[in-house]
Amino acid sequence: MRGLPFGSRRGADAMERVAAGRSLWSDAWRRLKANRAAVVGAATLATLALAAVVGPHLTPFAYDEVRKPEVWLPPLTDGHILGTDALGRDLLARLLTGLRVSLAIGLVATAVSLVIGVAWGATAGFVGGRTDELMMRIVDVLYSLPFIFFVILLMVTFGSNLVLMFVAIGAVEWLTMSRIVRGQTLTLKQKEFVEAARAAGLTGGQIVARHIVPNLLGPVAVYVTLTIPAVILAESFLSFLGLGVQPPMASLGGLIADGAQQMELAPWLLIFPGVAMVATLMSFNFIGDGLRDALDPKDR
Amino acid sequence: MLRFLGRRLLVAIPTLLLVVTLAFFMMRAAPGGPFDSDRRLPPEIEANVRARYGLDRPLGEQYLAYLGGVARGELGPSLKYKDKSVLQILGENAPVSLRLGGLAILLAGMAGVGLGVVAAARQNRGADHAVMALAAAGVCIPTFVTAPLLILVLGSKLGWLPSGGWNGGAPANLVLPVLVLALPQVAIISRLTRAGMIEVLRANYIRTARARGLPERRVILGHALRAALLPLVSYLGPACAGLLTGSLVVEQIFNLPGLGKFFVISALQRDYTVVMGMVILYAGLILLLNLLADLLYAALDPRVRLS
Repeated sequence: MRGLPFGSRRGADAMERVAAGRSLWSDAWRRLKANRAAVVGAATLATLALAAVVGPHLTPFAYDEVRKPEVWLPPLTDGHILGTDALGRDLLARLLTGLRVSLAIGLVATAVSLVIGVAWGATAGFVGGRTDELMMRIVDVLYSLPFIFFVILLMVTFGSNLVLMFVAIGAVEWLTMSRIVRGQTLTLKQKEFVEAARAAGLTGGQIVARHIVPNLLGPVAVYVTLTIPAVILAESFLSFLGLGVQPPMASLGGLIADGAQQMELAPWLLIFPGVAMVATLMSFNFIGDGLRDALDPKDR
Repeated sequence: MLRFLGRRLLVAIPTLLLVVTLAFFMMRAAPGGPFDSDRRLPPEIEANVRARYGLDRPLGEQYLAYLGGVARGELGPSLKYKDKSVLQILGENAPVSLRLGGLAILLAGMAGVGLGVVAAARQNRGADHAVMALAAAGVCIPTFVTAPLLILVLGSKLGWLPSGGWNGGAPANLVLPVLVLALPQVAIISRLTRAGMIEVLRANYIRTARARGLPERRVILGHALRAALLPLVSYLGPACAGLLTGSLVVEQIFNLPGLGKFFVISALQRDYTVVMGMVILYAGLILLLNLLADLLYAALDPRVRLS
């Protein structure tokens, strides 16, 4: 039997080579790399993330260091590269800290919404019937409550605890995710590999975890990159209304709100945080759009 | 059609009931109450005030009493604004938000659909790239950045437009808030229209229309547009409800006496009855607009059967 290519080393190699480069993900990766806007977005985001992680340790001033005589210094004076605010705090230090807080909120809240949304939507879609109807009706009801109502109540209940705020926003943002996941699950459920798994004796929970959820990753990944900026915006709205991150802690929204009140005296307090916010949101949106184009086989 | 309407309305009632129930108990579970102000009332007086509004009774009883009131169309008195009922307060604030939101939707719809059609017709050419760049900017630049910047430039520096205030709804006071509200919607609507249009333009019936020698203008406006607007219809329902019930940030920045701003103040002050009234208004509007969206969907797409 030796010498037959079947089962031999060479045969296996050839099969691996054919398999490589043909999967959905490597295909999508190639298309994503060809998308200029997405690459620029990813590079911008990487720079911003690096600045947010490392930056606050490198600035000569602390974000909450009040220096009374150095109030409202314009940019590039006395070592304050971006100037100072009404309390003489260094804007660069505050901006980097705010960026860090906003990115962290985006990631944590999105992770929370991801876990709840995927679990809820996949269960509803997979189990179907009465359970599905009940679970989706709950989503409908929660949709009909104003977002801000939830958030205000969560804020006053839990106080302005940063971590709880992350979780609270995530707990509000999962609704759309669960709808998307349910819709996808409904179609996946009909596929042959699910039938095969059932025939092999897997339980419902195993099928959902091992076969349904991994196949959901495409649309979910796209929605995640669009949820992160939505969450950052939501936090900013809250900060704008004075309900978000409490001073002296900073977030991009809080800094913009601060800057908007003093924009006639010190326009840089509005402009720099505004630019940072727009750059962050834009890079996420470009990545999200690129990911959608890369994963959507329709436009091939 | 009538049966569809009837069924949808029947489903809407339990949904609304659940929303009211959830909002009622969530509101009450939050710490604090309507009468803790900076100056604390003496305990006996506070007890009297609470009894006057029925807040001393068991929560379940209050809930049933509230539901009974809602069923009769009574939303009760405000707990913070003496001698004003919730209906009066809504009546004073709603017109501001409705006018702003309505104008913004009108502007965004016309500009967004127009730009989207132009972009799709000129796909991958200059006009398309310009519209898509504008859309990307509109989605990514938040209202609380555009609003202060516009106020700074057009309001304070150039003095062309007032920086804020309602002024009885004078047109000059409306320009900036409507523009700021409409801008992100223009971006989203133009993207949806463009995407829908591009997909429809590949359809066989469009090829047929072109083969019959129809001018491109009539192909697009007469045949393609109707089908291309379908994705937009399902987006517009919830978006309209959000805009009509007031955008908090815009009302805050321009200092307008609308629902959004009032809602936040009332929730922070635990003005239970006013908050509940606004929640009911919002939820009712969402249900109504979703129903309208479904009807419109069926009117635009003959394949959809209402059942």
